[in-house]
Order: sequence, then structure tokens, then C-alpha cells
Amino acid sequence: MSFIPVVLWSDALVFLLVGVIVMAALYIRKREHLMLPWKRVARSNVALVSMLVLSVFLVIGLLDTLHYRAALPQSSNGEKVYSPEVLSAFDTLVGPLRTRTEKTYSAPFALHLYAKESMTDAQGNVVREYPRLQYGGVHLAHESQRNMDVLKRVANGGVVGFLFGCLLAWLLGRRVPRLPVQIALVVFATLAGAGIDLANAYHVLGTDKVGQDVLYLSLKSIRTGLIIGTLTTLVTLPLALFLGVAAGYFRGWVDDVIQYIYTVLSSIPSVLLIAAAVLMMQVTIDTHPEWFDTSAARADMRLVALCLILGLTSWTGLCRLLRGETLKLREMEYIQAAQAFGVSSMRILSRHIMPNVMHIILIALVMDFSALVLAEAVLSYVGVGVDPSMISFGTMINGARLEMGREPMVWWSLASAFVFMLILVLAANLLADAVRDAFDPRLNRTEGKA
Amino acid sequence: MIAYLIRRILYAIPILIGVNLLTFALFFVVNTPDDMARMQLGIKRVTPEAIDKWKQQRGYDKPLFLNTAADSAGTFTDTIFWNKSASMFVFDFGYSDDGRSISHEITQRMGPSLAIALPTFLIGLVVYVSFALLMTLFRATALDMAGVALCVFLMSISGLFYIIGGQFLVSKLWHLVPISGYIGGMDSFKFVVLPIIIGVVGGIGSSSRWYRTIFLDEISKDYVRTARAKGLSELRVLFTHVLKNAMIPILTGVVVVIPLLFMGSLLTESFFGIPGLGSYTIDAINAQDFSVVRSMVFLGSVLYIAGLILTDISYTVVDPRVKLS
Repeated sequence: MSFIPVVLWSDALVFLLVGVIVMAALYIRKREHLMLPWKRVARSNVALVSMLVLSVFLVIGLLDTLHYRAALPQSSNGEKVYSPEVLSAFDTLVGPLRTRTEKTYSAPFALHLYAKESMTDAQGNVVREYPRLQYGGVHLAHESQRNMDVLKRVANGGVVGFLFGCLLAWLLGRRVPRLPVQIALVVFATLAGAGIDLANAYHVLGTDKVGQDVLYLSLKSIRTGLIIGTLTTLVTLPLALFLGVAAGYFRGWVDDVIQYIYTVLSSIPSVLLIAAAVLMMQVTIDTHPEWFDTSAARADMRLVALCLILGLTSWTGLCRLLRGETLKLREMEYIQAAQAFGVSSMRILSRHIMPNVMHIILIALVMDFSALVLAEAVLSYVGVGVDPSMISFGTMINGARLEMGREPMVWWSLASAFVFMLILVLAANLLADAVRDAFDPRLNRTEGKA
Repeated sequence: MIAYLIRRILYAIPILIGVNLLTFALFFVVNTPDDMARMQLGIKRVTPEAIDKWKQQRGYDKPLFLNTAADSAGTFTDTIFWNKSASMFVFDFGYSDDGRSISHEITQRMGPSLAIALPTFLIGLVVYVSFALLMTLFRATALDMAGVALCVFLMSISGLFYIIGGQFLVSKLWHLVPISGYIGGMDSFKFVVLPIIIGVVGGIGSSSRWYRTIFLDEISKDYVRTARAKGLSELRVLFTHVLKNAMIPILTGVVVVIPLLFMGSLLTESFFGIPGLGSYTIDAINAQDFSVVRSMVFLGSVLYIAGLILTDISYTVVDPRVKLS
């Protein structure tokens, strides 16, 4: 085998999460009453387009989760040696994007480096010049051809993407004939087609300080953002659910203890609590270098620990909501009837209370997602976010913000990070709104009558 | 009323003890002082003597909870917990790693923090509430839809973007105000105006939308219908009836943050070079100065609890039906 699969901690947890979601989807599919709110979500065009955008991000993130280590070619004693560098399926897919690194900054579509260097010209004189890029637009015979070449590539790639998008839209239209979604699909495919063709020859979004392609960094950041936004819920959910429902249902001293715990936690301003916990986590990781065999494993452990910390500090809000709802539910007649029949507490909780608080959980989780993606960038800036070696929106912004003062300005890393983050968060927010509208029982609905 | 307040303050004590124990556990039990010394002095080449010296300088060489070597009272008082953690209850925060008194720093830095946070808070409140009222007035029209869409868009933008973009546009391109700095007194106007504007703009999205939901909740109630039936104008209904009745949910979210204004904002202060408590905290985090972070955590929760008590008091001010007992 020329490679060895690597399952980092975060990968394992992502697989677990995907498994849970697939199981839940299969369970819901067969039950009409559970499908109903989802059908309401699907009725909104905005929600469907957001889902389309999010699923593209999701595919990139999942591809980036399949990690492996490639085998090194040499081996003197016939023993297989694997590279210490952990790559992912996504890295292989976009191969050239990752490996074609320049010396330092270069602007989007540039042919020359950002900084001048001393070079020897044809006559043997030393001159200060902007050197040609090693990879960006090297296929051009003459520099003046660049604009034509870019236009040609946009047209070529765009047409291919457009045709592919039309095909997809047609396939989709046979099942869900929804014009806005189909148009979005075509637009998306056209952009992607043009982008892929351009990225083959140029640094579409420029390069960063050490010459890495900014498009590659932006795409890699997606996984970090998605992981922070989703894995945190793996911690939040069980804590908030069990403690909140237990406090509301059993009341008495159970309620007192749980209320005390979440009041203490929520009375500490969350940034400070997170900062304190992350600082301590850093000390633990730094004093135990022997736990990790690759640097990717260490960075990954920090990411998982960050999710854990974010989860441990943010379950209190949901817990309070669930407690309140359970307090209300336990006075309902059907619960009292169940109690009168001698149904055990466990059974009442699992059969009558849990299903009736699920909508609160779902709404809270989708609402939290975008806040967590935004929080990652802020925390990385504060210095308590992900490992500096891990590619994320936060580390991109952090690395680029000091370059705003340069003349001419280096704006492309910063702009790309913000735009990618905006697309992700905006789609998540719009979907969250649609989910809330569909699941919130307080909203008056007239369906069924029509 | 007085009895209620005393009871609330007494309730706060166990919470603060919990916070204190939690931070103590976080800072001294998860990682022992030895670990922290090794971290600060460099992981690889560090002698046990250097660790001992580091611990002794900071008073971390004592037992955590029980000092069995000391005499009767010293069993409890001559420990890390008593000296470093319990002492925070009397606001004795000890010294930072560079040897300055943390309490002194806090009193020095509260002013600059407030100079940014208080105007941001007040202007923001007025702007957000007016914008939300405007959307409510034109509810279910294209104008309202556009407003909500704008809010969702604005709240999807990273807070860092507002700061970096604002600094770039206003300071670098237009040269209207200095990029960062602070001098104190009235002259600092040119330094604080940009952070305040950015703070207000950054919050428009989420806050206005939240207020709009509150107003919409109120507007579907019966008393509004009655007011309209009386022939009151829509503006009159909104300002005198809806706004007054929406005060309770608004206060719930707003009053609690007032004491926390003292703490300042981490991001704004660090980007604009304001010597407030926010930048103090960020510097401490970057320098891994644990005693400062510990003090800030405790101070933050004291202020938060004060905010909760203030919220209760504010209810009685706006709503005569609420009686604290």
C-alpha cells in the first residue's frame, strides 16, 4: 500500500456525527409527523439555496477529513516508511493548488512577486526587479497575453460548468421543480467551472506570506470552521439535554444542584472562561509533547480540546431553556395521566418529554452554528483559538491583518477569509431562520386548511 | 425591597464561591505550579532549582489547600488557595508577573475602558431601538423585509471585519482620525470616536433584529388593538404603548451588561490601542500571565452578578406591578 490511513481524533468524531445524522435522517424519513416540519423548511427557496451552499462546503469539509500519510519512496532495508506529513483526500484532489507555492506574497492573477529582488539581467548587471512567479501564469509566452488568457479560461470553464450545472438542474428539476434553486445551481456550477480552469494556471486569490495559494488556504479553513461549529454540539447536547430535563422534571434538590452549576458557569463572561480553559489546555499539551506522533495530531488535539471547552462553557443557555420547557410539560395532562398509570420516570422522560423538547434543541443548535464559526476567528485572534499551524479563518486573518499597513496593500488574504466566512455564516443563518420558522410551534400556521 | 436586596446579595455569595473554586481548580489543579513553571521557563532545559525559585517568587511553593506543617490557623491560611484565590473576595488580586499590583492596574484602566464602552452602549441602544421601531412600523412591507435582510447580512459579518475595515477606510484612506492610540481627558475624542462608531455598527444586525422580535410580540396583543380602536395613530401606539410594555424584555437583556462595561471589549481595545481592561486581559493571555487572567475571571463574574441584581431593581422602576419581596 502506498499510503496509510490516519484517523485523527476530530476525524473520528466527525464520522460519529455523520453516522448519527444519517441514522436520524433514516428514522425521520419513515415518520410522516417528523417529516412535516422538514417539508416546511424545504418549501422556502432561501432555505434550499442555503442548503445547497452548505452542502458544497460540507463536501469539501468531509473530503478534507479523510486523512492519510503517503509512503516514502526510499527504503534501504525493505521497510515501509511513511511521510510525517498528514494529507487528506482533499489535498490530493486539488494537488497542484497545494504544492505550487511561490516565494512570498503575490496579488490575485499576478505574474510577478509582490517584493523586488536582486537579479542578474542578460548583460550581467545586478538589477532590482519584481521576479516572475514560478507557477502563476507560466504557460504564457508573453505577459501581455494574460488578460486574454484569463477571459478565455473564464469562458471555457464557465461554459463547461454551465452545461454541467444545467444537467444537474434538469436532474433535480425532475424531482423538485423549483426554478430559484435550479438557477442557483447553474450559477454555482458556472462559477466553479470558471474558477477551476483559472486556478489551474493562476493564483486566483493570490498567495500569502510564505507563498501558499490563498484559495487553497480558504478551502482548507472550511473544515476547521465546520468542525468548530458542529463538534461543539456533541458536548453541548448531552449535557444540556440530560441536565436540563432532569432539573425540570425532578425538581427539588436535583434542580437546585443543576441550577447552581449553570449559574456559576454562566456568571463568568464566556470569553474569559474560554481563555482561561484554553490557556490551561495549552500548558497541558505543551508539557506533554510525547503524546503526539505528528504535528498534525497535536494541532488536531488542540482543535478537539477547543470544541470541548466551547461546549463545556456554552451548554448553560440551552439547559435553561430545556429546564423551563420541561417544567411546563410536566404539568400537562398527558404526563400526569402517565404518572397516574404508574409509568416509570425514565419512560416518561424518554417517551413523552424528550420528543417534545426536540424542536428547541434543533433550533438552538442551528442558531449556535454560525455564532461558533464567527467565534473561532475572534478566539484565534485573542490567542486562545486553534493551533497556529492549523489552517483556519482565524489564523488567516491573524496572519494577514498586520500587512494592511504595507504599500501597496496586501488585502487578498484578509478579503478571501472574510468573504468565505461570510458565505458560510450567511447560509447558516438563513437556514437557521427557516428551521426556526418551521419548527417553532408558537407560530400560527394555516396549513391543512388550504 | 431592602430585605430582598440583602437576600439577593447573600445568594450571590455561594455563586462567587463556586466561581472561585472553579478558577482555582482550573489554574492550580489541572496543571500543577510545577507544570506552569516549566512552561514559563522553557520546557527543555530547566533545572529543579529554577522551578523552585520561580514558585517561591510567586508564592506558589505552598500546599494547595492544607498546610500541615504550619500551626493551627496557618493550616488553612498559609496555602495557595487562601493567599491566591480566597483573597479575591476582598478584591486583593495580588501582583502580575511583571510585579505590578493588579488592583492598581484595574482602577487605572477602568476609565479608558468606560470611555469606549459607555458611549457605545448608549448610542447603540438608541440606534438599535429606533431601527427596530422603524421596522415594526413598516412591518410586513418591502421596507421591513429589506431591513431584516440587512440585519441578517450584517450579523453574518465577522466582528473583526468591522474593525479592520473601519480602520482601513476611515483612518488609512480618509485620514479622518488616528488609527490607534489614547491620551486621556477631553483630547482623546479623536481616538475614541472610531471605536465607538464601529462598536455601534457591529451590533446593528443582531440587536435590531432582537428588538424587532420583541416589538412584534407586543404588537399582536389585545391592548394594542384596543388602542387602535380608540383611534390612536400608529406612531402613538408604537411609542407610548408598545415601547413601554416592551421595556421588561428589553431591560432583561440590557441592564445585565451595564456593570460589565467596566471590563471593556477585548477586540476593540486591542486593535485601537486603548489602555483599558480589555487590552490588559489580551496582553495577559498572550504573555500567559495567569494571575491577571484569574483576577479578570473573578471580577467579571462579580460584575455580572451585580448586573443581575440591577436588572431586578430596574423592573420595579419601569413596571409598578413588579414588587420585590
